[in-house]
Amino acid sequence: MPANTMSKAERDQSHAHSQASRVFDLSQHSLRELNEALHKLTPGPNETAWEVLNPKGSHSVAVGVDQPVSIDVRGSVGYYCAGMNDGAAITVHGSAGPGVGENMMSGSIVIKGDASQYAGATGRGGLLVIEGNASSRCGISMKGIDIVVHGNIGHMSAFMAQSGNLVVLGDAGDALGDSIYEARLFVRGKVESLGADCIAKEMRPEHLELVQGLLDKAGVIGVKASEFKRYGSARKLYNFNIDNADAY
Amino acid sequence: MCGIVGLFLKDKALEPKLGAMLSEMLVSLSDRGPDSAGIAIYGAATGNEAKITVQSPKPDSDFRGLDAELAKAIGAPVSVAVKSTHAVIRTTPDKVDTAREALQTLRPNIRIMGAGEAVEIYKEVGLPEAVVDRFDVRSMTGTHGIGHTRMATESAVTTMGAHPFSTGADQCLVHNGSLSNHNNMRRELIRDGMKFETENDTEVAAAYLSNRMAHGKNLGEALEGTLSDLDGFFTFVVGTKNGFGVVRDPIACKPAVMAETDQYVAFGSEYRALTKLPGIDNARVWEPEPATVYFWEH
Repeated sequence: MPANTMSKAERDQSHAHSQASRVFDLSQHSLRELNEALHKLTPGPNETAWEVLNPKGSHSVAVGVDQPVSIDVRGSVGYYCAGMNDGAAITVHGSAGPGVGENMMSGSIVIKGDASQYAGATGRGGLLVIEGNASSRCGISMKGIDIVVHGNIGHMSAFMAQSGNLVVLGDAGDALGDSIYEARLFVRGKVESLGADCIAKEMRPEHLELVQGLLDKAGVIGVKASEFKRYGSARKLYNFNIDNADAY
Repeated sequence: MCGIVGLFLKDKALEPKLGAMLSEMLVSLSDRGPDSAGIAIYGAATGNEAKITVQSPKPDSDFRGLDAELAKAIGAPVSVAVKSTHAVIRTTPDKVDTAREALQTLRPNIRIMGAGEAVEIYKEVGLPEAVVDRFDVRSMTGTHGIGHTRMATESAVTTMGAHPFSTGADQCLVHNGSLSNHNNMRRELIRDGMKFETENDTEVAAAYLSNRMAHGKNLGEALEGTLSDLDGFFTFVVGTKNGFGVVRDPIACKPAVMAETDQYVAFGSEYRALTKLPGIDNARVWEPEPATVYFWEH
């Protein structure tokens, strides 16, 4: 079963088997050794559970993993953690620096703390869950990824977002969804301001179902899909029209 | 890129370790900027002594006999403590301006890094590790300090182009980013009496803050002014005699992480810089908001 269809309970269960996991201590081994070991995994890997200790803000932890393994990172990471993830279930038990999960293809990434700017940028698939807050440019240019943020997101989030879903339980900063295409944005709290061509839209039954499904996948309890407002594209800036010049 | 750090101690027990802690923070960010590095450390001001940190390309000849010659020229006691290419000149607070003028005549090659009652500034071309070793920064004590490792974009890689920049007594600033209206702002500040040593954009930001504080603003108000008056990308970390401040431009693309415990407030361009601080695992760690001024004072 590909990791991106694993439920929260299944993910937790796989993480509970950590006694059997392969432990990689970054205070003893280099980051390159870790990433090379992960890249050597072939389909049907025997080592399905990995644990990374002492990341201490390291950059590029567990980038480019393309097998359905689970990776628990114990501590906070720097830039580009779990970038290009394709199928792995990666959990950071700490906070993440800029660009976490950049260009994720499939799988899941859970950040137990906060995420810095451009979390999930250009992501094409999979699920990124941020249990704390995300800062500016969350989901910038997203292309199919689903992002669930338990807290708030910063300014310019979902800028030029093309497809996928961004679900925010808290508030959104300035210029949400500026120049957005067909991504769907769902915000439960206050939106500081909407960007160019981004408008509030009606929550239809299919959106309630979609949001509920994402909340369930992200392990969110006690929050109802009906508490969210939907935002998306007014579709006025797709093609240049001189009458809309002021909006660019 | 560039990497910046700052550390403001609340717990006096950590003061003997300030230099070591700040050095560790700066060295951890070496790959954000290999061109040059600098550090400003604030010791406790005694009120009856001022310090001028100077640098010379020929320290052997320039610093030899300087104490006696300068004492004679200004008519006050002077001590000179040499550290590699830098020296800290100590004299009475009322003689600082006279001493600066006298230095121009006595030692025309000497460049002034900064002056005040509390601050000492050390900066040179090279990696943070080399700069920290050269000036034995790890052994320094103090109440707060800031540091910078530079990847140059706006002006040449020289000692004078390294950060921190100091443009007022006990004031200094480090910067990650680049300013686009620095030439205009420099002209405005020159008209208002500010003096500049370089063509560097960051020096303009430092002088802007010094100028506003000279006009009666406090550190927080001066930092607030950068948001409307300076154009470009910036994360600034600023030190004053008893304070420490942080501000990011509204776009906030230059990274910043802060941590606070009962013992200290710390700033780093990245979390990596904070990982060796005591109690960091239980610290409050957050990313400073865009266009928001943070400052602490003793």
